[in-house]
Amino acid sequence: MTHPSDHFDVIIIGAGSLGTPTAYYLANAGLKVLVLDAVSSVGQGSNKRAIGGIRATHSDPAKIRLCQRSIEIFSTFKEVFGDDIEWDRCGYAFVAYHEKEEQTLKNLLITQKNYQLENDWYDQKDLLKIVPDLNPRGLIGGTFSPNDGSASPLLSNHAYYTHALEKGAEFHFSEAVIGMQTDHGRIQKVLTSKAEYQADFVINCAGAAADCIGSMTGLDLPVKPDSHEAAITEPVARFLGPMIVDIRPAVGSSNYYFYQHITGQIIFCITPSPNAWGEDVNETSSFLPMVSRRMIEVMPRLKNIRVRRTWRGLYPMTPDGFPILGWAPEISNLLLGVGLCGQGFMLGPSCGELLTRLVTNSITDQDKETLAILSPTRSFNSQELLK
Amino acid sequence: MTDHRIKKHPILTIPTKKVISFSWQGNKLPALEGETIASALFANGIKVFGHHHKDKSPLGIFCANGQCSQCMVIADGLPVKACMETVVDGMQIFPNDGHPVLPEVHSQPSFKSVPEINVPVLILGGGPAGLSAAIELGKLGIHALLVDDKHRVGGKLVLQTHRFFGSADAVYAGTRGIDIATILEKEVTQYPSIDIWLQSTCLAVYSDQKVGILKHGNEYVLVNPEILLVACGAREKFLAFKGNTLPGVYGAGAFQTLVNRDLVKPADKLFIVGGGNVGLIAGYHALQAGINVIGLIEALPECGGYKVHKDKLVRMGVPIHTSHTILSANGADKVESVSIAAVDDKFIPIPGSEQSFECDAILIAVGLDPVSEFYQKAVDFKMNAFVAGDAEEIAEASAAIFSGKIKGLEIAKALGQEIGEIPALWYRTGEILKSRPGNVFSEELPNLPEGVVPIFHCSQEIPCDPCSSLCPHGLIVVDKKDIRSVPTFIGNNYCCEVCEKCVAGCPGLAITLVDYRANPEKPIVSIPYEFSSEMITRDDIVTILDTEGNSLCDTDVFDIHSIKTSDRTMIIQVETDKETAPHIAGIRIQSPRITQPMFQYVNHVTDDTIVCRCEHVSAGEIRALIRQGYKDINEIKTVTRACMGACGAKTCASLIRRIFREEGVPNDKIIDPSKRPLFIEVPLGLLAGENSKESK
Repeated sequence: MTHPSDHFDVIIIGAGSLGTPTAYYLANAGLKVLVLDAVSSVGQGSNKRAIGGIRATHSDPAKIRLCQRSIEIFSTFKEVFGDDIEWDRCGYAFVAYHEKEEQTLKNLLITQKNYQLENDWYDQKDLLKIVPDLNPRGLIGGTFSPNDGSASPLLSNHAYYTHALEKGAEFHFSEAVIGMQTDHGRIQKVLTSKAEYQADFVINCAGAAADCIGSMTGLDLPVKPDSHEAAITEPVARFLGPMIVDIRPAVGSSNYYFYQHITGQIIFCITPSPNAWGEDVNETSSFLPMVSRRMIEVMPRLKNIRVRRTWRGLYPMTPDGFPILGWAPEISNLLLGVGLCGQGFMLGPSCGELLTRLVTNSITDQDKETLAILSPTRSFNSQELLK
Repeated sequence: MTDHRIKKHPILTIPTKKVISFSWQGNKLPALEGETIASALFANGIKVFGHHHKDKSPLGIFCANGQCSQCMVIADGLPVKACMETVVDGMQIFPNDGHPVLPEVHSQPSFKSVPEINVPVLILGGGPAGLSAAIELGKLGIHALLVDDKHRVGGKLVLQTHRFFGSADAVYAGTRGIDIATILEKEVTQYPSIDIWLQSTCLAVYSDQKVGILKHGNEYVLVNPEILLVACGAREKFLAFKGNTLPGVYGAGAFQTLVNRDLVKPADKLFIVGGGNVGLIAGYHALQAGINVIGLIEALPECGGYKVHKDKLVRMGVPIHTSHTILSANGADKVESVSIAAVDDKFIPIPGSEQSFECDAILIAVGLDPVSEFYQKAVDFKMNAFVAGDAEEIAEASAAIFSGKIKGLEIAKALGQEIGEIPALWYRTGEILKSRPGNVFSEELPNLPEGVVPIFHCSQEIPCDPCSSLCPHGLIVVDKKDIRSVPTFIGNNYCCEVCEKCVAGCPGLAITLVDYRANPEKPIVSIPYEFSSEMITRDDIVTILDTEGNSLCDTDVFDIHSIKTSDRTMIIQVETDKETAPHIAGIRIQSPRITQPMFQYVNHVTDDTIVCRCEHVSAGEIRALIRQGYKDINEIKTVTRACMGACGAKTCASLIRRIFREEGVPNDKIIDPSKRPLFIEVPLGLLAGENSKESK
């Protein structure tokens, strides 16, 4: 038997980059919210492993719009919520050392301009004015988007958590969801390692565990984690403006990116090639030699900065590289906010708002367009151009 | 200019080294070739190395062991740890104030691939445990690579000027630590199957079972061992009190490194926190280096270290305040005084008991934690891994030597060598060497005032037996089956020939000889003495003390001499009345005047104490979070940055746990912070295999 106190308007599974802001927005809308997570405190899954980049310069209208909204939220977070989340409008610079990347980047600009994104091509000389420490040898140029930025994933998520608590949301940590009872196409009960709960709506925000949670309702979600390694250096006096992204493939890796956080540290990450599928987040010996060489090639000045700490995090990937957001098929009270493909941090705030609008039945026409692109029932045949 | 070097030492020889010069903030200063930047700065009286980026407070040496990252300076444009980096002629050094500026680089990078090597055995740490294991493997011709981050092997043995306790048969007891280091070093280097990489630091044990080593500080190498032995020793615990980050607050190891390895004088007046063996011995070392020891406090009602170590210190004239705690280190930008208070049985300071003492250094010796993270990772990653010495369990160096020896043989067996069974007795000896001090008995006094009688001012069960092998007639007996028993003299009053070998050779300086032969009313007492022979000469008046340091009387020095077999321990003889003679255990070295409290209690002005030295996070901040219900240290890390600093949570994690305990949160409810590589910060270029830095 469940007590009336065990009944919630919404149960969110996962207190991470998406679940936590969603809990805040739902609680703020006056709903009774419970967040369940197997980890021991907020953001201990992939959130704390994110490096902190936030950009709207994607290649599709859904992510562009969502991240434009997220940037609005991050950039005004201090005024609105009072917390310093270390937001920095540092911009993103995608560099091109070959004509192939030049072409890719220039093609992207066409789409991005359609959505009023401020992103422009700079030839070598002008790009070096923005990023003087780039290796000039072979540099053709690159794009620079001044409105993108960075913030601390840990501080942002934690701020959402404290504000969600203030609005009455409940968080249960170290409490894993172990099953869900469905009947008549609805989730009737959420079963955990400690108790069982009822809710009008359930939202799957389980990140790398999304598929596992999905399978509890018989869903086969096309989300599988890809493990990426990242690291942070000592803090040094500010010398680097934007996030640098190098999309060239190399042996063992595809793209990699690094930026100087507002507090001085360089934070960097590389995409393994082939993908490192699975949930292994243990450190490997191949990461540092590979990423450091590529970074120093692009920015020789980095050779003297000292690496402090490395870690590995999971990118919950979908077949087409786009998130899955919307009502689940066949289960009428299940919402999905899964498969954010390593962009959960930047997408979290705006997706949290969107999930809230879905629950409160207040979606806009623009939301409909976004949701169509991110639909759980789409074909997954297209391919994200810029992951 | 003041020179803060130790010019004479009763135990250590002062080597002649080439004088070079470097500059500090543009001022030219002398240094000795081969010394660390930190020691060169200390020798010139510079103790503030920079200022913290968060609160601009002064920074200086704390661990002198490459671990805490408090001693960063900018040397020739690059941030380095002053305690690890060697000063070179012409080096330009600046303080690290705030964040360093990364130098511009205009050359094109070139790389070689990061070398990978396979070895049967990789030993991390060349201290007593690692060396002993390597020696066993070397004897069997097994190829092993031993890496150590210091300039020479020996670990903390190279800092120990005192004679070692333990078993004379098993682990060189009775020999000085520095000499044991040399013995082990000589032995290990004679085995061709043992490779040694010095100034080489393990950075990480990876999940693909490779171990990342920064070789000689300038090349990143991946080592793929069949068997990994972790013998990285221990790190010192830190303590939260007001003013705890002031330059002048040192870990005990740092102090010993500066004094005994680098022969610089980091202080004139030292105050010691912690009455374990480390604190007690460090106090003795300080006195030998000509540094006054103002006092030692221990929170428990009794010192945890060996009674003979404590007695030795007390007899030199060092007051030991048990059931006392430190309230604050006081001073503007360096330590000027210390404030202490008595504590009740719950370790709460008792109001009204506060006292302050003038001092310029405070030594923290409140225990050690094993450096076991590499072993834990190796186990997690299912490597064939062993652990020895302090990295396994904190104990005396003698225990580490023996544990390394056993682990060396276990590794040989694991590699399939036919070496037979390791004797069960060895494991028992290993356990005995690790044991804590036991019962205390009363001293046995001579039955008759005639002939010659040795007195053992050694009344506590500790694992130690060198005295039993010192008497040429075998008259001193320690139970070989359990060397923790106290020694007994089995002769009568006419057996001893006054060779004084036992007096000079007891590691605890706890044996005296009372010689009644010339005049039974005025016997002559032989007392061991390990200070400069110039300090005391014949006919000087000295204060003689009993075992516990109580003053017995003032008397003339009858004779001062050394014996042939004595290794830098002198013998002082005094003539006293027959009632006093058996009670004499030592002579006072330090005037009681020096150790008097200040007239007024000094209250440190800042209102909170630092828990995370790297990020300057206070106990108050952490306590507030715990009271809000935080249980996951990772969440505390998120909010405060504690554990995120340069040291990699080496100093703060255990302090945070301690605050949890103070707040009544049980241990099993606390979630530890994630342990992540790297062990120390390393330039990106080295990890990339960049060809740039010349080999050192």
